[in-house]
Amino acid sequence: MLKILKYSFYDLMRSRWSYVYFAFYLLLGVVLLFLNNDLSKAVITLMNVIIVLVPLIGTIFGVMYYYNSKEFTELLLAQPLKRSSIFLGQYLGVAISLSMSLILGLGIPFIFYGLFKSSAIWDFSLLLITGTFLTFIFTALAFNIALSNENKIKGFGYAILLWLFLAIIYDGVFLMSLIMFEDYPLDKLSLIGTMLNPIDLSRTLILLKLDISALLGYTGAIFKQFFGTNFGLIVSISMLSVWVVMPVLRIIFKAKKKDF
Amino acid sequence: MKIKFISFIAIFLASFLHAQTIEVCEDCPVSKLNDAIKVANSFDTILVKKGTYKEHDIIVDKPLTIIGKNYPVIDGELKGEIITIVSDSVTVDGLFIINVGTSYTEDYAAIRVKRGKHFVIQNLVLEKLFFGIYLEKAHHGKVFHNKIIGDAVEEYNSGNGIQLWYSKDIEIEHNFVEHVRDGIYLEFSDNCLIKNNVSANNLRYGLHFMFSNDDLYQDNNFENNGAGVAVMFSKRIKMYNNIFKENWGTASYGLLLKEINDAEIKGNTFEENTIGINIEGSNRITYLNNNFINNGWAIKVRGACYTNHFLSNNFLYNSFDISYNSNINDNLFDKNYWSNYTGYDLNKNGIGDVPYRPVKLFSYIVNRTPETIILLRSLFIDIIDFSEKVSPVFTPDNLLDNNPKIKKIEW
Amino acid sequence: MVSIQNLHKKFGKNQVLSGLNLEIKEGGIFAVLGPNGSGKTTLIKCLLGMVIPNKGKISVLGVNVKNGSDYRNKIDYLPQIANFPSNLKVKELIKMIKDLRGNTTLDQDLINLFKLEPFLDKKLGNLSGGTKQKVNLVLTFMFDSPLIILDEPTSGLDPISLIRLKNLIQNEKAKGKTILITSHIMSFVEEVSDEIVFLLEGEIYFKGSISELKTKTNQPDFEHAIASILTDNHA
Repeated sequence: MLKILKYSFYDLMRSRWSYVYFAFYLLLGVVLLFLNNDLSKAVITLMNVIIVLVPLIGTIFGVMYYYNSKEFTELLLAQPLKRSSIFLGQYLGVAISLSMSLILGLGIPFIFYGLFKSSAIWDFSLLLITGTFLTFIFTALAFNIALSNENKIKGFGYAILLWLFLAIIYDGVFLMSLIMFEDYPLDKLSLIGTMLNPIDLSRTLILLKLDISALLGYTGAIFKQFFGTNFGLIVSISMLSVWVVMPVLRIIFKAKKKDF
Repeated sequence: MKIKFISFIAIFLASFLHAQTIEVCEDCPVSKLNDAIKVANSFDTILVKKGTYKEHDIIVDKPLTIIGKNYPVIDGELKGEIITIVSDSVTVDGLFIINVGTSYTEDYAAIRVKRGKHFVIQNLVLEKLFFGIYLEKAHHGKVFHNKIIGDAVEEYNSGNGIQLWYSKDIEIEHNFVEHVRDGIYLEFSDNCLIKNNVSANNLRYGLHFMFSNDDLYQDNNFENNGAGVAVMFSKRIKMYNNIFKENWGTASYGLLLKEINDAEIKGNTFEENTIGINIEGSNRITYLNNNFINNGWAIKVRGACYTNHFLSNNFLYNSFDISYNSNINDNLFDKNYWSNYTGYDLNKNGIGDVPYRPVKLFSYIVNRTPETIILLRSLFIDIIDFSEKVSPVFTPDNLLDNNPKIKKIEW
Repeated sequence: MVSIQNLHKKFGKNQVLSGLNLEIKEGGIFAVLGPNGSGKTTLIKCLLGMVIPNKGKISVLGVNVKNGSDYRNKIDYLPQIANFPSNLKVKELIKMIKDLRGNTTLDQDLINLFKLEPFLDKKLGNLSGGTKQKVNLVLTFMFDSPLIILDEPTSGLDPISLIRLKNLIQNEKAKGKTILITSHIMSFVEEVSDEIVFLLEGEIYFKGSISELKTKTNQPDFEHAIASILTDNHA
């Protein structure tokens, strides 16, 4: 698996798209920091970008890579290699190279800006950790979609739908149901609702840092326990890990049964 | 100045006209503070040497200067009030007073001034107290550089650090108050100056005004209290250059304004509070040059508030800038800097070309269903906020800052 | 060498292989023929474990293909469409496959044989179809495995390379290897193969030598023999 990972990773690190992705984050970081000159504002804007764009790019890129490397995959399948190691290797190759683009692209301008001397370093690291988690989750979901759909167009369609659903529609439905059931105690429901969507989960993780003052204004005891202590941080990070592991397990399962 | 001058005269008279100093120490002829007061004449000085004096109900009934050397301990053994001043022109300086008795019927204090004037209470350290410094119908006095450290846990059986009741023209400066119910409490007390104090970790309020008018508080630091400062039913209070920080919790405010009129709030910093300023039924207040940084809500307006002016403030990275619970607005927002502003300035005059709308639809939703706060900063919320911005339905449509600044305002 | 028993495979509603039985003995060149959609590629992919059969048992060199992937060490496979990661250089691809399968020294001879030297530093994405196919051939033949499976080996090759390929196949045969070929070029099949397996609608229609086929169909040449099978069955 490590060999496949190595080659997928090298392959991607040399591809045009990795550079585009890297350059995009580099540019974003530079513009936010040096034209704006305000670290706190930059972190908030970055958060919005990461929450929305990282999943989108992860899904699209994951699906694209899978379809584009179909023949290569077949070449590998004829070699004495286990299927699970081929697909996990490819998945990790994509996820790691995307994460690298993200971390380096954003990290370099921030380091030049003097991040290590700034108090925002924790917020910023949390941002990068969340971004990495999201990359791993959405690349895994993309691989799932691609493995289940031979048709490229269909695969891309589902990938975009998935993103649209988790990034926007889910929150709309979530908000509506909270308002509809406002007469009932909702704090448990709202936390569970958050856990079920990796984008919301990452958003909460960042809210814990940026908006703790506002979150503590709410009375519910479970909310208080969740946001007032490290409990929230621990639960969120473990749920994010679950969100990585589940689709990866399905990749292995699907890959074993699939015909090429 | 006037008060300083008078107390200076008092000390001057005491030391030169009568020129008597009584020393109190554990093996002196006078070994109790109470005895010393009994034998002293007006305007004498009582010098209390280092040691522990188990005394309470000390009544100071003549103009005296009581000075502690190296912080002698006056231990009230939880039996009741410790020092009560019933005379004018008394100075108490440098004592370490502990163990005030707790009562549910009487407000025992470490040191109380009753109907006195021209008093000075300074350099005291108060611990294990019920009420700390209690000024009752006193005026023209000074409370300077005291340190009050309580151990309050519940509101109902704890007292306030510095309490003023029907007192006037009092100066409260450079005090440090923590872990009591209200750090500093003013009731029916006018024309007081509260300056350079630190009031932190108190159960209820750092500073609390009730029915008090024409007071000024400035350069104070209020940190991590139940709420920073509460100003209620008072008029013409001036609030300058104070810092309100980390007042977190469900009913936590940096500053709570309730039924107050004609106040002036200038140059303050509100940082990381659940609610920066909570305003209820308060009119004709000017907010000028304040910084609101990283608060949950910078300003929450509940119910009838008219003709308030918010001018040239900085609103930086608050989760919500302004929240209204109705869609009627009679307040003016002008020339503020909003870090959430996304407009542009084509003519380069430092003022955004598009007005800023500080009330978001989402803040209205959160008021209605508090659990929805969990969706803060979601893309969906941004979209509905945007549509509300384009055509306001739920939020006041005339609530606009027509001249939003492009850069953070420095002053 | 290869033993297939009662092999069934369905893609959706489309039954591709229905109860196929096939024994291939060690040594010699076998051509798998059949019209489009007759299941040639599916059969090969089943052998390689790329397609998972619904029913039936396949063993290669006495090992059931279901039990792991190690048996593929004994197989060299030339896929039909050579489409490699376009960012890799030829050299790197060869190195990578060697890295994955174990080292070999045969690659240099093959590179010389197909005159690939000038292309070694080029990216695969920039190569022509024929050159890619040559690279594909190098990758296949550089491991000295007892079973060689070639799916359309001639596609895109120029005449000189085609001759070299034929020589190569004969050399491998001379070493006593088993070679499985699918091709649409009948002349090529006729020239190289010892035995043919003709698939029709998921079953083996004919298995035997070319001369046997000619006799069976009463046709003078191979191409017509094949054509007659198809017309007989579709008329």
